[in-house]
Amino acid sequence: MELSELWFVLISVLFIGFFFLEGFDFGVGMSTRFLARDQKERTIMVNTIGPFWDANEVWLITGAGAIFAAFPHWYATMFSGYYLLMLTVLLSLIGRGVAFEYRRKVEDTRWTNVWDWVIFFGSLLPPFLLGVLFTSMLKGMPIHEDMNMEAGFSDVMNIYSIWGGLTITLLCLLHGLTFLSLKTEGEIRQRSAALAKKLVLAVLGLLIVFVGLSSFMTDIFEVRPILEPIIVVLIVLAYGLSYYFISNKREGMAFTMTGLGIGLTVSSIFVGLFPRVMVSSLNKAFNLTVYNASSGAYSLKIMTIVAVTILPFVLGYTIYSYYVFRKRVSDKEHLTY
Amino acid sequence: MDSVLLARMQFALTTIYHFFFVPLTIGLAFIIALMQTLYVVKKNEIYKKMAKFWGHLFLINFAVGVVTGIIQEFQFGMNWSDYSRFVGDVFGAPLAIEALLAFFMESTFIGLWIFGWDRLPKKVHLASIWLVSIGTIISGFWILTANSFMQVPVGYEIRNGRAEMVDFLALITNGQLWVEFPHVITGALATGAFFIAGVSAYNLLRKKHIEFYKKSMNIALIIGFIGSLGTAFTGHGQAQYLVKTQPMKMAAAEGIWEDTPDPAPWSAFAWIDTKNQENKFELNIPYALSYLAYSKFEGSLKGMKTLQAEYAKKYDPIVGKGTNYIPPVKTTYWSFRLMIGFGMAMILLSMIGLYLWKKGRLEQSSMFLKILVPAISFPFLANTFGWIMTEVGRQPWTVFGLMTTADAVSPNVSAGTILFSIIMYTLIFTILAGVMVYLMVREIKRGPVEHQDVNSTVSIDPFNKAGV
Repeated sequence: MELSELWFVLISVLFIGFFFLEGFDFGVGMSTRFLARDQKERTIMVNTIGPFWDANEVWLITGAGAIFAAFPHWYATMFSGYYLLMLTVLLSLIGRGVAFEYRRKVEDTRWTNVWDWVIFFGSLLPPFLLGVLFTSMLKGMPIHEDMNMEAGFSDVMNIYSIWGGLTITLLCLLHGLTFLSLKTEGEIRQRSAALAKKLVLAVLGLLIVFVGLSSFMTDIFEVRPILEPIIVVLIVLAYGLSYYFISNKREGMAFTMTGLGIGLTVSSIFVGLFPRVMVSSLNKAFNLTVYNASSGAYSLKIMTIVAVTILPFVLGYTIYSYYVFRKRVSDKEHLTY
Repeated sequence: MDSVLLARMQFALTTIYHFFFVPLTIGLAFIIALMQTLYVVKKNEIYKKMAKFWGHLFLINFAVGVVTGIIQEFQFGMNWSDYSRFVGDVFGAPLAIEALLAFFMESTFIGLWIFGWDRLPKKVHLASIWLVSIGTIISGFWILTANSFMQVPVGYEIRNGRAEMVDFLALITNGQLWVEFPHVITGALATGAFFIAGVSAYNLLRKKHIEFYKKSMNIALIIGFIGSLGTAFTGHGQAQYLVKTQPMKMAAAEGIWEDTPDPAPWSAFAWIDTKNQENKFELNIPYALSYLAYSKFEGSLKGMKTLQAEYAKKYDPIVGKGTNYIPPVKTTYWSFRLMIGFGMAMILLSMIGLYLWKKGRLEQSSMFLKILVPAISFPFLANTFGWIMTEVGRQPWTVFGLMTTADAVSPNVSAGTILFSIIMYTLIFTILAGVMVYLMVREIKRGPVEHQDVNSTVSIDPFNKAGV
């Protein structure tokens, strides 16, 4: 395997990690608006992701950094091409991050309420827009010979990409609900499990339509005629099992399955792309691939050594942090956020 | 307005704003880690109270620092795509390493620190704030590795129409990096220290928690002195390096049009006329520039006119005939002077503070304390002017000698789009600044003791007061 191919895999792993981890804290952020009965419950819910959301977001930052280092052309084409979409994602993440920290800095319900709305929209918009970004990328974007993309509104926002965005958003919401049922007690725990159970069916419906749309709108099933169907079956299996585990109150397993579902969905996008990184809707010859968009061999070698050395430590202390805060969160203890 | 200018304005806006929070984060994280170490070693509760109180202010600042930092990871691609294509092979690596090595560490351990006060063993909890501090410094190292490449490109070869990395070691042993990195870190320590000193001074004037703020002030004065003096020394090293590597920036920073006499005088004030390429009026300190540039009282420096001719010969084949290699002179000249001025004032203030402390007259010297409060702004101003000098002084280059700023922007992003994003950023930055200052002032007025009380009521019933 060439190093550029390895880096494509590594970047996929970073984005799978991002959606697996930040996916649930997006989901928790979204569900604060309709699952919580009052501000006190919202506080408990926000505190379940308190120690984690910041590090989870670093997976996205690192993903972008890795794209920059390993595939400068991919980085340049994607972020300049999706300018307004990325601007909205950035503004949402800015608001959201500050909102967690500030929401209870003033003891006033209105103050907290305003920040909680910021948390809601800051958790809703990024997964939707990133879903739109990745699915429209899969369908192909107007990329010219000079590798620059000049997309109009309908290139970014069309039935397929909006469906993709919605699907990713609901996958995150479901993942957040199974996380909540794992990390809370009493009523919130029951309510999130009950809602998760209903949502699994909706998610399965969305996914099946999405697969149908994908077979018309993209070439992923022609490019990977064996692998993609296998992934689809696995995704359906994961969500089927999550339904089973939610029903049987095995919350850890249910959470694992919704996480697996997100991970597999994201990986199906990357598998469908490979070896392309950006698909041109104008001409196949204008596609950006892992071969024509990558950095030189030396740079990739250095990056590989660095990544292989550091990643085990990152995984180590990430697991440690989740271990330290493994207990369920309730209002019986001091809530920091 | 054209998109190059707008993209530059946006870069200035987002990075200057971000860099208000970065040095404060680096400085405060270090000082808080120090305070908490004193608590763990000396077992004196007052140090715990310090770590907690300054920690609260630190976190209000940290939140904005983190979220405005996210922009940095994306904006090279969004606004500077041709730059990203040209240098990504070299420039992307330090950014990715920064994320892998520093961001994960900072974000995970800040979570452990915030939420771990009652949950972690004392020493593990202490270790987590140290790891945050180390993370912030490592982060600085890698981003400055990237910036140093823009100032003094090393370890690359031009292949396939772009700069490709050929020597990673050269990147991290870049002479520019090793004058720039210590300068930024010492500046950051001084920033954290002056913040604590100013807030402490405000409360000493109000005669609140005198013991607490006196002890905080003492720590701040020591770090502030080391930091500001260190900044001056490392700055001197950087200036000397600048003469060798980017003589044009130095000439602009000094307002030198013609070659200087030997020994060269340092210009304290100049009325610069960029149109006629001359200074209408100058106030010079003899010998001083030779000392600044070469650490001895002899040697002359080349003027901008000479350098323009030299650069034209060397670089016109790359960027085209008739290019103006002279950066905006007045901006470079005055930002350099303002940086030095505020830096010198900080050295002076910390020396006076240490003297008063030793004489035991610190809390009575209300005049001095009154100066320390607005002096909180000094390091922020010095940091900002320092970066303006560094980045504006490098113009017209984005990567010195390799790529001009005009060639670096995204060709596919319209001026209108950039303008729209500038408006959005300005809006959200203004709101954030307002909220942050409001919260800071609130916490400062509330002070350390009351804070503990509020926390303990919250832990019983979080919304007791709000009536939910």
